[in-house]
Amino acid sequence: MRTLMFLLRKEFRQIFRDPGMLRIILIMPVIQLLVLPRAADYEIKNINIAIEDYDHSVVSQQLTNKIISSGYFKLVGYHNDYNKGYELIERDKADIVLEIPVDFEQKLIRNNSQDLLVAVNAINGTKAIIGNGYLSSILMDYNKEIRMKWLPPTRFNELPTIDIVSSNWYNPNLVYAVFMVPGILVLLLTLIGGNLSAFNIVKEKEIGTIEQINVTPIKKHIFIMGKLIPFIIMGLVVFTLGMIIAVVVYGIIPVGSMLLLYLFALVYLVTLVGFGLLISTYSETQVQAQSLTFFFLIIFNLMSGLFTSIDSMPHWAQIITRFIPLSYFIEVMRMIVLKGSHFHDVAYQFTILIIMGLVLNTWAIINYRKTT
Amino acid sequence: MNPITLQNITKTYEKGKVLAVDDVSFSVNDSEMFGLIGPDGAGKTSIFRILTTLLLPDKGTASVCGKDVVKDYKAIRGMVGYMPGRFSLYQDLSVEENLNFFASLFNTSIKQNYELIKDIYVQLEPFKDRRAGKLSGGMKQKLALCCALIHKPSVLFLDEPTTGVDAVSRFEFWEMLKRLKKQGITILVSTAYMDEVEHCDRIALMQNGKILSMDTPDKIIKSYSEKLFELKGDNKHKLLKDTMTYSDAVGSYASGESIHVSFKKNGKSDADIINGLKGFLESKGYQHIEIVPTVPNIEDCFLSLTKTEIHG
Repeated sequence: MRTLMFLLRKEFRQIFRDPGMLRIILIMPVIQLLVLPRAADYEIKNINIAIEDYDHSVVSQQLTNKIISSGYFKLVGYHNDYNKGYELIERDKADIVLEIPVDFEQKLIRNNSQDLLVAVNAINGTKAIIGNGYLSSILMDYNKEIRMKWLPPTRFNELPTIDIVSSNWYNPNLVYAVFMVPGILVLLLTLIGGNLSAFNIVKEKEIGTIEQINVTPIKKHIFIMGKLIPFIIMGLVVFTLGMIIAVVVYGIIPVGSMLLLYLFALVYLVTLVGFGLLISTYSETQVQAQSLTFFFLIIFNLMSGLFTSIDSMPHWAQIITRFIPLSYFIEVMRMIVLKGSHFHDVAYQFTILIIMGLVLNTWAIINYRKTT
Repeated sequence: MNPITLQNITKTYEKGKVLAVDDVSFSVNDSEMFGLIGPDGAGKTSIFRILTTLLLPDKGTASVCGKDVVKDYKAIRGMVGYMPGRFSLYQDLSVEENLNFFASLFNTSIKQNYELIKDIYVQLEPFKDRRAGKLSGGMKQKLALCCALIHKPSVLFLDEPTTGVDAVSRFEFWEMLKRLKKQGITILVSTAYMDEVEHCDRIALMQNGKILSMDTPDKIIKSYSEKLFELKGDNKHKLLKDTMTYSDAVGSYASGESIHVSFKKNGKSDADIINGLKGFLESKGYQHIEIVPTVPNIEDCFLSLTKTEIHG
């Protein structure tokens, strides 16, 4: 126990002495939490639209105004030539072309129906789908408005319609940051627990100090604990820092228990330092460790449900995500912070994380013994 | 009981493809300074790593302070001091912090064993707040030695402690080791510098994982089996090349400013040999050639031994 204290003191002394390390631990989380949730926003605005109005009627004017005033669209061209609109798409100036045909108003009144052409630039698939969706709903809305205006009011609608009213629970205004901040916080803990710990241990190998340590009577598990505990502590410090930013900057006050959040953060960090230790036993140099963690981090990031919903992944990918500790913690973070879930709601994820932590740490320690 | 014993130690790497230590046996006496001498790749570091319990031998047994290196590795770790060939202290910790840290790992303190390291530590004391990484090469070695001594080991393992250190610091370093030996510490040291063997009580000349010869430095020199001559002349490089073609000589190589040429002892007198070589070189157009009999040094012995190793 006394030896562990000496090890921890030495470890913290080295960390505080390394300006790079301090920067990573304190400044990186702040910047990531301030920048990422605002920048990586899935809400699509500023969709460039070109309207080819062959009709130039009151109705087509109203429709155009309605589209522009929605706030999602920016009018980049207004002519009466489809080819000009298409040219704008080709030059990447426009994302969508809406063609309003000749006699749009007249036919609408006379025939009670009219067709519109919407051409979408689908190079950026998300933007295309969402832009198209927005435009369709605006057109539908408009369609309803004119029906209301023109059709004689009857007691019952001639055509039965289903009106859908949705309300967004837990994130009523669909604020993207509310969804992202808890996830990014988990990502930061992953970096500190998984990456930095791996580099730190490999550094001892690389500069040879581990040789000197190994000839002392120090016990292996004490040495490993001395290496890993600092990163668990630093992870909790960063977690606290992140929670403060979430509250102060984004106004995200966790609905659920703070204690439960910290309990999860602790279990998660123990799991991740096990991962870091495992990486370190498979690498001789910091560069090797870096490449290995980079490989895993990319997969963790893209498959953890941080950016893309796990539910919309193909089945085989969903199975992979079940092996990513990140995905459990992100899920739990969102559940506790946004929904106020209790322990029994997240007991499953808790158990899985504990099992993962045990497996990773045991594997790492066995492998650590084998290599030295 | 000998503090260090090796019996038929063999170690291979890469699943037996690379033979690093080949059936090596020797033992070191109490309070003796024993030197492993040989070029890089001779297997010195592997022997050190086996004796300091960092490496398992493939075959053979070894013991340190009467404890088996495989079974009793834990006991050995508390009793030996090891200074690896590469500086392996924490560069971002100060001199004093390094020393304190290693003392605490052995459950001791600088104060408790200050007597033992005093001689060395006084030289380091002015820099005790300096980061280890910022020390000069000689100072680094002294700090590493202090750290290896801080728990009062009975056996000290020093793997090429003087490599990369200037001549003055090297000399000082050997003087320190001699004082430690007087205090009863057994020392196993390795070096690639042949001129350092005189500091050792006994040495083992090593090459390709094998011990070629093992004795006191004096006896090894006495057992030199050839006749050695020193050759001086103009255009040393070309002269050496031409001397190598002289079929009577068994070995010719550069040694400092001159060329050493060795001959088999076959009853020929020195004068005959000198005249023969002189005649050969003069026929090649050399003038002002000086040839005198000379006393072999350890390097000559080593080269003579490696030659028989190759041919025999």
